[in-house]
Amino acid sequence: MVTIKRIILDVLKPHHPDCLEFACAIADKSPGIKVELTVDEIDEKTESIIIVIEGESLDYDAIVEVITDLGGSVHSLDEVEVTSKPD
Amino acid sequence: MFKQLSLLFSITHSQSILRRYFIVNGFDGALTMLGIIMGFYMSDSIKLAVIMNTCLGAAIALGMSGLISAYVSESAEQKKQLGDLEQAMVKDLGSSAYGEAARLLPYVTAAVNSLSPLIIALIIISPIWAATLSFELPIGAVETAMLIAFLILFLLGVFLGRISGTYWLWSGIRTLFIAIVTAGLIFLVAT
Repeated sequence: MVTIKRIILDVLKPHHPDCLEFACAIADKSPGIKVELTVDEIDEKTESIIIVIEGESLDYDAIVEVITDLGGSVHSLDEVEVTSKPD
Repeated sequence: MFKQLSLLFSITHSQSILRRYFIVNGFDGALTMLGIIMGFYMSDSIKLAVIMNTCLGAAIALGMSGLISAYVSESAEQKKQLGDLEQAMVKDLGSSAYGEAARLLPYVTAAVNSLSPLIIALIIISPIWAATLSFELPIGAVETAMLIAFLILFLLGVFLGRISGTYWLWSGIRTLFIAIVTAGLIFLVAT
């Protein structure tokens, strides 16, 4: 079975909710994960952020759903770390 | 549900908008009632039922006016803000929290803008209503209604003071002064 351990996402989001609320909302949906968020660029109405998410078994679709629900848009999946265990 | 509403208010900064609508229209409601009741007070021998129906009519009209005006203006404003953000994001945000806020908030704003003057007006005219039902009041029903109007205007000032961080008593006295000036003007015109 393959599990996702770590992903790095390049995300474009509106200024609100702010980075803290954004990171907390992601962490809230998948308890036990670690979310690290860095602002890369700020424009008039939007900001580009890099989100590093680590956990035992990340649910990628659920994470993207939270980001989309908060008005964000995943630009790219820059890095992934997956592990495989025998079933 | 509460968490979701709180998120929608937070991303659209709606708390301040709702607060503004509550105070502005609440102030309108209280001052309008004070004006009508003052006008009747200056006239001779008007039946309480007439005062009551006039105030009730004005209260309902204020409520309806608040409902429609806030809904129309707020839905246009939210639609514009969503459109601007969609343009910046190059993405349809209809299914996101922003889209939900643009659909839901005009209703919430309209409810606040409508209920604020309506409830305040109903509180002010409650002694007159009680008197028409033959309830005994320590002082006259019209006088009690005017006192309640002054008290509500003072409390709205106190609320404003707490929001702005200024001294609550000073802020309350300021709105009370406006109410007294209004009552004085009506008194001058009616005599």
